[in-house]
Amino acid sequence: MLGGLYAIFAAGLSLIFGVMKIVSLSYGAFAVLAAFLALHFTQATGWPPVLALLVVVPVMAAFGWALQRFVLQRTLGTSALPSILVTFGIAIIIENVLLITESADQKRMSLGWIDTAALDLGLIRLGVYPLGLFVLSLVLLGILAWVMAKTQFGRAVRAISEDAPTVELLGIRPKMIYAWAGAIALALAAIGGVASGIQTSFSPTSGGMLLIFAFEAVIIGGIGSLWGTFLGALVLGVAQTVGANYFPSQGILIGHIVFLIFLAFMPQGLSGKVKRS
Amino acid sequence: MTLVVNELSAGYGQLTALRNVSFSVEGGEILAIIGANGAGKSTLLKTIAGQLRAFTGSVVLDGEDVTSLSASARARRGILMVPEGRRLFPSLTVKENLQLGTSTGRKGDWNLDSVCELFPLVAERLNRVAGQMSGGEQQATAIARALVGNPEIIMLDEISLGLAPAIVVEFYDRLGEITRRGTSVILVEQDVKRALSVADQVHCLLEGQTSLTGRNLDFADIAAAYFGTGHR
Repeated sequence: MLGGLYAIFAAGLSLIFGVMKIVSLSYGAFAVLAAFLALHFTQATGWPPVLALLVVVPVMAAFGWALQRFVLQRTLGTSALPSILVTFGIAIIIENVLLITESADQKRMSLGWIDTAALDLGLIRLGVYPLGLFVLSLVLLGILAWVMAKTQFGRAVRAISEDAPTVELLGIRPKMIYAWAGAIALALAAIGGVASGIQTSFSPTSGGMLLIFAFEAVIIGGIGSLWGTFLGALVLGVAQTVGANYFPSQGILIGHIVFLIFLAFMPQGLSGKVKRS
Repeated sequence: MTLVVNELSAGYGQLTALRNVSFSVEGGEILAIIGANGAGKSTLLKTIAGQLRAFTGSVVLDGEDVTSLSASARARRGILMVPEGRRLFPSLTVKENLQLGTSTGRKGDWNLDSVCELFPLVAERLNRVAGQMSGGEQQATAIARALVGNPEIIMLDEISLGLAPAIVVEFYDRLGEITRRGTSVILVEQDVKRALSVADQVHCLLEGQTSLTGRNLDFADIAAAYFGTGHR
């Protein structure tokens, strides 16, 4: 069920990395930023974290739009290096600003009784919250997949990832498309960040781990495929959970090992879509 | 509609591939640009379309100077190019490629249904993935994709390249249908005879410059201009 959370994260990264070919090292930091925004919002208003999403998601989406349009857009080119450097820098800035303004303590948001509620199905107990996240990830990815397949915007995104200059010949402004894709990706990061903040504790430096998980999910699933990313996230989640069962406190390591196995033997991922680099 | 190209120069980095080219095209006219390989024909089209920035000169559409506009802005004003090599989006279906063609937002006679009527080849393959089609099918789709954008002027870059003569004849037969509705055509062609059979105007390029231009030209003059023999 951990996979549901990872799927939400990874979907946004899949969009940025797989489609726009931007290596966004700041992705995890944005998720943590969103979690902190939500935390302060709930503390200030007393609203439950889920409602905080209504504010945090649009804010992050708008930020994502602007960031893409005015900053990241300039890093696009034949080399991936500029985007790596810029997003790495952004991640460090965010992390350190958070460290200064918040403390380095672990924080956590709570949904009250849902946190520990579970469904007893005889053989296994399913946590209500993880189950809900799983369903949410299915819904979100389903919507995203529908947008990519059936809307003019989705078609434009797919076309741009194959041939941006020709897209311009048809009257489409690539910068706008990239900007909106950036907004969607950060909205997903925000949801993932807040969701993670409820499930486990987080601190200003949690972004790095989240980023790694997201990349692992994208690569296991195959770059360029949304449903591949979903599967990849599930595989990662299962690997970590099952691994933790057998080797307590090594769950994350088991997840990394599984990722490395995939990278070594099936680099094109579960979905098998190989893209030119 | 009138497209005026005035003293246009363009190139790649330090290389000036096109020098001081001028011509004008009226509504419903067909202008053929001919010349040997490397003469600058594709460069000319790309500069008019906006993919290449002009070094000097101007492109004026219906009195509006579009020289500083981006390719997508020019497309929305009706300057559409079918690029060399077709450049379809390989993982999208034919229908999806056509749907993207409507992004110009321009109204007119051309829509999915009417281009399918004009190109039965396209109509029969709407759900085929574009990357898996033959050259002729791809070329028809590429032209259809530009047409659904309802261009004022459509620029065709070497549409006969790599295609069987029978298919090329079919494309040329359809040009009449396109110009009948007032759309102008700029045709870049290696096959001079083919181009001359439909062109109202001919413009010959030699090493980036105009070597001959006009209407109803003598074939011998054209050959001389093409190869650079005879008087300059």
